[in-house]
Amino acid sequence: MSNRRATLAATAAIALAVSGCGGVGSDDSGDSVTLKTMGFGTGDEIAKVRVKAARKTIAPNQVKTSENAFDAQQFLSAVAAGSAPDLVYMDRQLIGTYATKGNLLPLTDCIADQKIDMDQYRAPAVKEVTLDGKAYGLPEFYSNRVVMINNSALKSAGLDPAAVDTSDWDTLAKVSEKLIKKSGGKLSRIGFDPKLPEFLPLWAKANGVSIISEDGTTANLDDPKLVEALEYAVSLIDEHGGWGKFKSFRDSFDFFGDKNQFATDQLGAFPMEDWYLTVLEDVSPDEEITVLPFTSVAGEPVDFVTGSAWAITADSKHKDEACEFIKTMTDSKTWVKAARAKAEARDSEGKPYVGTYTGNAVADEVIFGELVKPSGNAGLDNGVQVVLKAQESAFALPSSPAGAEFQKAWQDAVNRVLSGDQKPGKALAQAQQEAQKALDKAAEN
Amino acid sequence: MSSIAVTPAPGPRTPARPRGRATGLRRREALAGYGFLSPWIIGFGVFMAGPMIASFVLSLTDYDVLTSPDYVGWSNYQDLLADPKVRMSLANTLVFAMLQVPLTMMAALGLASLLARVGRRSAGFFRTLFYLPVVTPKVAVGVLFLLLFNGQVGLINSALEWIGIDGPQWTTDASWVKPGLVTMSLWSVGGTVVIYLAALKNVPSELYEAAAIDGASAWQQFRNVTLPMISGALFFTFIVLTIAALQVFDEAYTAFYGSRAAASYSSDAALFYLIYLFQQAFQFLHMGYASAMAWLLFVVIVIITIIQVRVSRRFVYYEGE
Repeated sequence: MSNRRATLAATAAIALAVSGCGGVGSDDSGDSVTLKTMGFGTGDEIAKVRVKAARKTIAPNQVKTSENAFDAQQFLSAVAAGSAPDLVYMDRQLIGTYATKGNLLPLTDCIADQKIDMDQYRAPAVKEVTLDGKAYGLPEFYSNRVVMINNSALKSAGLDPAAVDTSDWDTLAKVSEKLIKKSGGKLSRIGFDPKLPEFLPLWAKANGVSIISEDGTTANLDDPKLVEALEYAVSLIDEHGGWGKFKSFRDSFDFFGDKNQFATDQLGAFPMEDWYLTVLEDVSPDEEITVLPFTSVAGEPVDFVTGSAWAITADSKHKDEACEFIKTMTDSKTWVKAARAKAEARDSEGKPYVGTYTGNAVADEVIFGELVKPSGNAGLDNGVQVVLKAQESAFALPSSPAGAEFQKAWQDAVNRVLSGDQKPGKALAQAQQEAQKALDKAAEN
Repeated sequence: MSSIAVTPAPGPRTPARPRGRATGLRRREALAGYGFLSPWIIGFGVFMAGPMIASFVLSLTDYDVLTSPDYVGWSNYQDLLADPKVRMSLANTLVFAMLQVPLTMMAALGLASLLARVGRRSAGFFRTLFYLPVVTPKVAVGVLFLLLFNGQVGLINSALEWIGIDGPQWTTDASWVKPGLVTMSLWSVGGTVVIYLAALKNVPSELYEAAAIDGASAWQQFRNVTLPMISGALFFTFIVLTIAALQVFDEAYTAFYGSRAAASYSSDAALFYLIYLFQQAFQFLHMGYASAMAWLLFVVIVIITIIQVRVSRRFVYYEGE
């Protein structure tokens, strides 16, 4: 009897637990559905306003954002558990990897059904999310690389900001050497930071070569011109006393604070993403800076761009709603609405709005034509114009079926050179083998 | 384990009971025994044995989670043997373990010996003080490592500079990354200290008195009394610390691979075996290969542990033997 009671109690407990678990997370009610997104956070006005607008478009359906950045482990666990989100928001360079695995939906039907104007997006951004002629994501944001120069550092070294010319490598090396400052055996100012390893594609392009083929299937990491570019960029670091000292010093920067490397004259110049202008405008609005385009050895401006993209998962049960949602999120009208809100918020704080590089050319035209006003800092205002101009000569790495492994291969190669383990030629030859092996394997699948 | 429930306890003979009743009682006792064991058995099956079997099966496949696994036989294991990064990460991990385990044991024994001499009132305070860092999340320790060991502005090099030593670039110089991480791992030596302290307290004071009467010096007492008497605890921590060191991940991952920015500057010197395994699994989606890596590590740990157990038979003293 007691055994039977115990069995009944256990069965009841398990039934309660199971039913309880089943109830959690079921947000759909009636005819409306709840879209689940992964990788997107609603941190500022630009995100909040756009999500609000997109929510309105899909009403009465709902959307649930996960708030944290895209995490491969979290995504894979969700897929393995059969609870993949409807939408993922990730680095555009990762789109190719997941698209090759068949985990992302080609947006061909979505684009046709929703009449999405793909021409509104900047072409290099679209290229990043296109594999075998099919778009797998809608791009957003356009992170440009330009050269930011600390005027006071250059002045103290008796140099003119115009002397920082990335097309003349010999002169740039001399300028950097002149800007370097050491005290008591320690580095106290970096001359020119080439931003290795992450900006290697920019140095490569500046030397007239791309690190991967146009179709994203063939690595080009052992190209002699790339070896030459890496040798040069590493030599700029070596001038500071080696990678160890250089990086330790750079790690000590108060990058986002008011004691940043510009305010404290710890840096002469570096190529950097455009968002850092917003940081400087925020924490060091009076800092005198000069922004110049990164130029190739041929003297042409080159701009390496990256960004994010929205993609619909192949397992999504609400593909139409998901398509409608991302269409609104990346639409020029939504961007302008969000930028207007951001400009008003900045204005209420007594701070100028220096713009958002959306990846949507139509939106950019309105944002920078109507909403962005002079900040009062000529350097920053000029910087905005330089970035806008740079966008016209931008390039992005093409979508690749093994994006993550390809990136790891060339970054590891640069790190081996920086730490003195290998010479550039040998490191890049090894990277070429590793990268091509990964690309070939991904293509087989 | 089940024999506890079914083997009759030795003792005075009791009058024989009817066979049917006795069998029923034994069965109920056995069932109760299994009932008490069931949480562990279920937990072990679901969270340990099941995943281990699954990972072995996956190690024979090409699997990326997103698509169905393809059977590839032993090719993942063959690839492991040819992968230079597997060799490098394994070597990094073994070097880390060889540095970290003895250093942790020595530091813990030193601190425990000091604590054993502290008066009762302050003993509790110091025990808590030494143990407190153990509860610090390892992620925080990783971040702390970068701050304390920064070659330019870190506290460690500032202290070294004070005594006239030009400190190394702990976080960026490949040859100093592992020693730096080992030094930082001493932060959480408190757990081992507590074990040693308990072992030291268990050494009978008569042995020291006898040794002192025989004219043994402090070092001789430590060498011939303390060490043999706590050898069981030393052996236990040796095994546990070795296994933990071979699975080093959190601190190094946080410091060198945790963010996209950090990952792009990562040094091969900090590429430990589990970090490479994690990259293969979750960055490159090679779950089958990562599973094979996990099994290789399991075999390495088993071999090292068997060697340790064999060698220990000559050195470890267990009371009651």
